[in-house]
Amino acid sequence: MSLSPSLEPGPSTPKMGRLNRWDTPWLNWKFLSGMSIIGLIVLIGICGRLFWNMDLVYVASSPLNLPPVGFENRRGQEGTWEHPLGTENRGCDMLALMVIGAPNSLYVGILAASLGLSVGVIFGFMAGFIGNWVDDLIRLISDTTMTIPSLLVLIIIQALIPQVSLTLMACLLALFAWPAPTRLIRAQVLSMRESGYVQMARLSGASVFRLMFGEIMPNLLPYLAASFIGSSAGAILAAVGLEGLGLGPQRVPTLGRTIYLALESSALLRNMWWWWGLPTLVLAIIFIGLFLINLGLDEIANPRLRRASG
Amino acid sequence: MGSLSIKALVRRLCIYFLTIWVSATVIFCIPRLAPGDPIAAMISRMSQQAGYVENSDKIIEGWRKRFGLDDTPMTQYVRYLRNLLRFDMGYSMAFFPTTVSSMVKRALPWTLGLLFVSIIVTFLLGNFLGALLAWRRTPSVVKMTIPVTMIFTSIPSFLAAIFLLYVFAFRLHLFPLRGAYGRGLQPELSWEFISSVIYHGILPVSSIVLVSFGYWALGMRGMMITVEGEDYMHLAQAKGLNPFYTLYRYMVRNAILPQVTALAISLGTMVGGQILVEYIFSYPGMGTLIFTAIRNQDFNVIQGTSFILIVTTATAVLVIDLIYPFIDPRISYANSSIEKGH
Repeated sequence: MSLSPSLEPGPSTPKMGRLNRWDTPWLNWKFLSGMSIIGLIVLIGICGRLFWNMDLVYVASSPLNLPPVGFENRRGQEGTWEHPLGTENRGCDMLALMVIGAPNSLYVGILAASLGLSVGVIFGFMAGFIGNWVDDLIRLISDTTMTIPSLLVLIIIQALIPQVSLTLMACLLALFAWPAPTRLIRAQVLSMRESGYVQMARLSGASVFRLMFGEIMPNLLPYLAASFIGSSAGAILAAVGLEGLGLGPQRVPTLGRTIYLALESSALLRNMWWWWGLPTLVLAIIFIGLFLINLGLDEIANPRLRRASG
Repeated sequence: MGSLSIKALVRRLCIYFLTIWVSATVIFCIPRLAPGDPIAAMISRMSQQAGYVENSDKIIEGWRKRFGLDDTPMTQYVRYLRNLLRFDMGYSMAFFPTTVSSMVKRALPWTLGLLFVSIIVTFLLGNFLGALLAWRRTPSVVKMTIPVTMIFTSIPSFLAAIFLLYVFAFRLHLFPLRGAYGRGLQPELSWEFISSVIYHGILPVSSIVLVSFGYWALGMRGMMITVEGEDYMHLAQAKGLNPFYTLYRYMVRNAILPQVTALAISLGTMVGGQILVEYIFSYPGMGTLIFTAIRNQDFNVIQGTSFILIVTTATAVLVIDLIYPFIDPRISYANSSIEKGH
């Protein structure tokens, strides 16, 4: 492949250089498969509403405790095609619960991560560019916030506010989603600020704004994307945790709350595996998708990893 | 050996006390910012259960006086901080004469034990596998198998806990369904009791290890690959040093340092994850305590338990940070490079 095999494959050798438009690091199978998994969940959330009767999500809209198609529950009832994924003990259809619940989890995660990342970008740039006491202060606050186990504080807040909406919950989660991106962006800004092209732009008289958003921001994109995915996963994790403890939105069907109700009604011992198993499975798929995206983004941003795995 | 400069040490201690003070203040403020009066809320819960509570306004008045809710917020705040310093967190509302601190005292050792074991196992296993993944001499069979075992990585630990509980305890009857030790056993230093604790602890520990060792493996792999590109590695190879020697002395020892920093950062998340795992397994630790308190709306217990867990986590992070200069001689608090290096 390489003309000079003794050299490390650097950016100039054909292996790493771009041969054609398909040879871009963004065509990474981990990144793409992760994206398709998440896309699939979103698609199910949209199409499911069109093709499935969403009224079945209400309590007592369906028979109780039916198993999925092809299985039998303890009373010997068989699953029917009217409720292909079964029902739970309040008479809600599991398929409808999944179709509504899965996008809800994604919504909470993405909203919290967007808020957290926006704050992180602002604080990270401020700390990296202004420096001095601003840097000290921002670092102090973000380090302090990072050490606090966020779930505990969220438990305290939500234990007192019984009725939260999905959006309010996302905002509460965002309170703890900003320190990690702040830290990351600050470190990157500090190292990029001293790099040749930024110095060059500075010498040519570019404004601070132009330096931040024209020169540094584009190079931060893979990091921002990875940080966004990481924060979303963290926020969904916290949201599911809260819902699993019986906190969080009480009137909106969410995956975490379904698991909570299943555990409360000892679905485990009643062998109603579909009740806790389906939401667990959907959540696992969401997390695996986000994780794959993050792995892919890592390789996109870091050529050394790409070489090692390729 | 790294030396600790007074200034950096003071800064680190400041962060520590700031963390604790901020969380104490947040815990103090939240109930007072939330709509409604805690005691009125309690009465309304009582009347929900009993239908009607006689003389409820007198009860409210009495309780307000008893808890000093008529004082100015500042007086209340100072009293609250003073009580916290003495670890006096009031009484449990659901199990009245029991104090919160005595409940915490009973639950904390279980949580700490579980947390300690699972962190050690996760950290060692993850870093070991990560090092194997990056090492050139690892057999390719091993390199292919390790990623398969990481399928659970990134899944919330309590989901893994439910799954393990169903498969290994409910279906296969290999492990107990709940609790930290067998029924009818008394906590004592006997082999029977200890083995029962270990037997009950296997599933909770593995549900935490299973979901988190992959992160360490991936981080370690990334670090190892970076280290492998360094000049001193080429020199070591050229010198013909024993590859096992270079793996340990040159690669792992350098790559593990950022992992220790990452451990300090991720501790808070691990504590949160463990709370839920404990509740799934009805493990008699802080997680189950919090869950029961949430169900009973026992706000004092929720506050006290959370506060103690926050203090515990902050202390653990402080210890890791203070040990760090001794692990990595290059970084000392003296030249303040600790913040910029990683």
